Amino acid sequence: MTTVINVPPSLDEQSVEQLFEQLALAPEGDKILVDARHARWASPYGLTALLCIAQSRRERLGFTVPENADTLSYWSRAGFFRHAAELYDVHGALPRQRETHESDVLLEITSISKSDDVHGVVGRIQHKAADILHGQLGLDTAITGAFGMTLSESCQNIVEHAGLGGWVAVQTYKYTRRLGRRVVVIAVCDAGVGFRQSLESSPMHRRSDRWDDAMALEDAVLRAMSRFRHGDAGRGQGLAGIRRFVGRWQGKLSVRSGTARIAIIPEWDEDSPMTESLPYFPGAQMQITIPERIGDVPTPTRGVAALRARAGR
Amino acid sequence: MSVTIDVGTVLRGTVCALYSNLVTRPTGAAVRHAIERQVTDIGGPAVTTIDFSQVNLLDFSCADEIVAKLLLRYTDANGPPGYLTFRGIHDGHIDPIETVLERHALALVSWHEGCAELFGYVDEHERSHWETVRDHGPVWPDKVARMLHVDEPFALAQLQRLCTRRLLMTRDDGYAVPGTVTKALGA
Repeated sequence: MTTVINVPPSLDEQSVEQLFEQLALAPEGDKILVDARHARWASPYGLTALLCIAQSRRERLGFTVPENADTLSYWSRAGFFRHAAELYDVHGALPRQRETHESDVLLEITSISKSDDVHGVVGRIQHKAADILHGQLGLDTAITGAFGMTLSESCQNIVEHAGLGGWVAVQTYKYTRRLGRRVVVIAVCDAGVGFRQSLESSPMHRRSDRWDDAMALEDAVLRAMSRFRHGDAGRGQGLAGIRRFVGRWQGKLSVRSGTARIAIIPEWDEDSPMTESLPYFPGAQMQITIPERIGDVPTPTRGVAALRARAGR
Repeated sequence: MSVTIDVGTVLRGTVCALYSNLVTRPTGAAVRHAIERQVTDIGGPAVTTIDFSQVNLLDFSCADEIVAKLLLRYTDANGPPGYLTFRGIHDGHIDPIETVLERHALALVSWHEGCAELFGYVDEHERSHWETVRDHGPVWPDKVARMLHVDEPFALAQLQRLCTRRLLMTRDDGYAVPGTVTKALGA
């Protein structure tokens, strides 16, 4: 028997949960078909999560491509099918591969498994990032470096902790539902070991009755814990840095792992800070959302100039 | 003797000629090891200046591997002799550098357009004493005490603490910021 997992018309961080729920009900070894025929739109998180779904199962899954030509074309230009073809048995006609010059795809879906990949993505986005973040979203030029740093640290989580490759994608789009403005979104997803198992491998870890995915996420995201902190106090700063970055730019950070999801929520959003008892899905899935700047908001910097001014120089 | 090490050159020369950004922990560790080798080969200069001006992007991992771990080594009781200073630190570097300095309770001396700056984890007294030495040094504790309206033993204790942290150096003509001059050391 084949279990059909239906991809909703709009696939984002929230609606991906429907896929994880359906997947959790399908026993390991079952034949699974991911049916995206009715999909019309997907966020970078949605597309990278679709790849992780295939990665999470031992058996090779089937995948039916979207029927809508625009959707198909966009997913193709975002690089989705190049990776999907390696993981899924893809059913349906795909558009011919073309060079990607999509103005709102800042970074097409890129696989991450080693440090060189991180250098690659950071190098590739640099020029385009300034155009999009400053030119299109009206953010101060100071964000460009911090954005690259955030991208680097979020990708390194895969290299250092996942035990398996993952994917990153960066895109801008108009976030109509919550904001009515444009946003830039970084999605970094893998189906590896996840935060709980990663932290459990630390010699510092002390198991307790309360220990679960939610607590592991709190330790990693809020308390900057890392499995490498034992003997190296400098570890665990990546996620803390990402958290500061989103705070500084009125952005949002959410990280899902196992059965829990933690979110650092800005004023413009009404998400829950912690969601537990979600359907189990392996690995870690992270989304960083930075909104377009509207009006004359002071630039939140922690630059050398600010420090020099503070020092009275 | 003083020496300046260009981190951008080290990155391209020892890690990968194609890399232009200091990102990822293995890259940071490789650059730090190359810097340590250079310092050893030169023979332990009195002041080593790490120049970041050719570095575009620096992430937390590299800031930790290069800046924090080099400083930790220098401030260790069994660390190498001499002083470590920095230059070429720009806006894009400051967040990861300040973050790792705070994490390890470290501070550094950075040179910018001929002026020394103090970044990182220092208390109010340490900063005021350091700034007095920067602005008026080489200078002895009695003069610092008078300028800051504190007791001389207190000023001496602060200056000694800053020396232990390698944020100041002692010379035969008083306390000075490392990198100000290179003659007659007494670390």
